[in-house]
Formats: sequence, structure tokens, C-alpha cells
Amino acid sequence: MKPLAWWLLLALCLPLLAAAQPMGDPAPLQFRNSGEEARFHALAGELRCVQCQNQSLADSNAQIAHDLRREVLALMREGRSDAQIKQFLVERYGEFVLYRPRMEGSTLLLWLGPGALLLIGATMLVVHLRRRGRAVPAGTDASQDEREW
Amino acid sequence: MSDNTPAPAPPRRLPLVAVIIGALFFLGLLGLMLYSVSRSDRPDRDSLPSALIGKPAPAFTLPLLHDPSVKVESRDLLGTPYLLNVWGSWCPTCRDEHPVITRFAETKRVRVIGYNWKDPRDEALRWLEQLGNPYMLVLADEEGRTALDWGIAAAPETFLVDDHGIVRWKYSGAITQDVLDQQLIPALEKVEAASRGKARR
Repeated sequence: MKPLAWWLLLALCLPLLAAAQPMGDPAPLQFRNSGEEARFHALAGELRCVQCQNQSLADSNAQIAHDLRREVLALMREGRSDAQIKQFLVERYGEFVLYRPRMEGSTLLLWLGPGALLLIGATMLVVHLRRRGRAVPAGTDASQDEREW
Repeated sequence: MSDNTPAPAPPRRLPLVAVIIGALFFLGLLGLMLYSVSRSDRPDRDSLPSALIGKPAPAFTLPLLHDPSVKVESRDLLGTPYLLNVWGSWCPTCRDEHPVITRFAETKRVRVIGYNWKDPRDEALRWLEQLGNPYMLVLADEEGRTALDWGIAAAPETFLVDDHGIVRWKYSGAITQDVLDQQLIPALEKVEAASRGKARR
């Protein structure tokens, strides 16, 4: 059963192999202190890998993710803020690299859509219930039947 | 708004507004599904839109692959449009794409410039020797630092830059004859028409 599982996993990964990545053995990043390391991991966890789009920059093994991690660390050491580093990546790779999209015109629907839907649904429910409450006076048998579901 | 007046409609019927909103919602979902299905056979369906479209190509200084002592700057390439084709000898898809790029470059319609990405120099040169070199010149970015400015995520990728150095079109993945005919040529025609229009004025 185990080998089968591995083959299935491999088969699942096949589409990812179609777009090529440069070879090479990436050297692990060296952090100066634990504060820098913590800040780096927090930042990389909020950035999406541009190649394997369902992984964060911190998790991805793709070569481009390694290059970007190195760049993020270099920018941190240049003294740039987290917001500036995110801006740097958005300018090059687009809004997509942010796991938490910013609030602007094009993402307004994304941010407010769910709340608006909930509000519409709630309003409709309240209106509907009120109207029904008026139609069937409380205490009658009909209202008992209605309440069953 | 008196509580005692019964509503005229039977209590179980949904209001018309709710039916309309529900129907619109359903149609929207259906449209989304149809859109996804219509895109599902596109090889670049997973690729991200380039953040550079309509913006100036990044400023860079890169050595030539064939003569690293010669450095090319981005502003050296201004004046006429060019196609930038990102490749590496480690990239099997670039090998598939190579004949199409070669055939297109031979039409001499636009300058085709190679961008050799994260590739040891000798391997890149051997690759070109084996498969032929269709490029007017090949820029070498062995470290991959400049590639980040271009927003390159994987090879092959191809950019069309106009005569003013503005990125007009980008394709992620192997360029095929269909991509050439249906996307690159129309984009190129637009670029050419724009520069002709300016020249006439």
C-alpha cells in the first residue's frame, strides 16, 4: 500500500514539473540573530510562492522561492520595512504574492463581498419572518406546525 | 405596519426579490463555471498576469553570454521593439519551444533577445551550439538577481517590449505557433501601429 501511495503522490506532482525550475543546491540562509530569523519567517509566511501557488514563500522548495527568500533577507538587511518589502514584490510579481490582499478598488469586492452577502441574506430572512409572523398569528396550530422545521 | 393585518400573499411563498437575487446568483455561478471551463485547455491557465504590463521594463546591466566583458544596459535596447525570451539549458520546455522561437526570429519581424537565466555559462553555450542560436544577442543572468526585477517565476517566459521600453505583452510557458498567431502577432501589430502613428505626427 505504501509504494502505491508514493506513486500517487508523484503523479499528483507531475503537473508542477511541467514548468521548469533551475537546478542547483540552494545553500540555507544564515541569520544573524533570532530576532531577524523570527521577522523573516513571519514575513515569508505571508508571501505566496510565485511558482507553486499554494505554498507560502517560507514553505516552498522551488528555486525561485529560494531566490526570493534570499532577496527578502537582503532587503531586510538594507533596513526596509515589511511594507516596503511587500511593495517590492507586488511591483514585480503582482498582488498575488500577498496572502492578505490589500484594501483597494479592485479588492473591495473580495473584502466586503462576504459581509454584504451575509447582510442581504439576513435582511431577507428578517423580512420574510416578519411577514410570516404577521400572516400567522402566534398561538394557533398553524404556527406550531411551522415551527417544527 | 400593524401586526394584526394578514399579508395578502400565502406565508410560504418567497418574495419576488429573493427569487430574482437567487436566480442572478445562480447565473453568476454558472457563468464563472463556463469561464473556467473555457480557459481550462489553455496551457498558461495557472500563470499569473505580469505586474509589468504597461510599465517600463526594469533597468538592468547584464553581460553578454558570448562575451561577458560586454555589458548591456536596458537603455541600449530602446528605439525599436524587442522580444525577450527567458530560457535555461536546464529547462526541458525551453527545448520544446526553441524551434518555434527560431522560426519566428528568422522572419526578422522584431529583434529576438535571449535571456539566459541561472545557467552555467558553458552549459548555456553548449545548448545553443546543439540547438542553434536564433537570438540577436543573449543576456546572461547567472545569479538570477535581475530576473526578480522582471518578475520571472519559471522558464520559459517571453516579454514583448515596445520601442519606448514599455512591456506590452508577456507569456509564461512554451510559445507555440498558436500563441504566436493569436497573441504575439496581434500584440506586435499594436506596438508597430502605435510607433508608426507617433512617427507620422
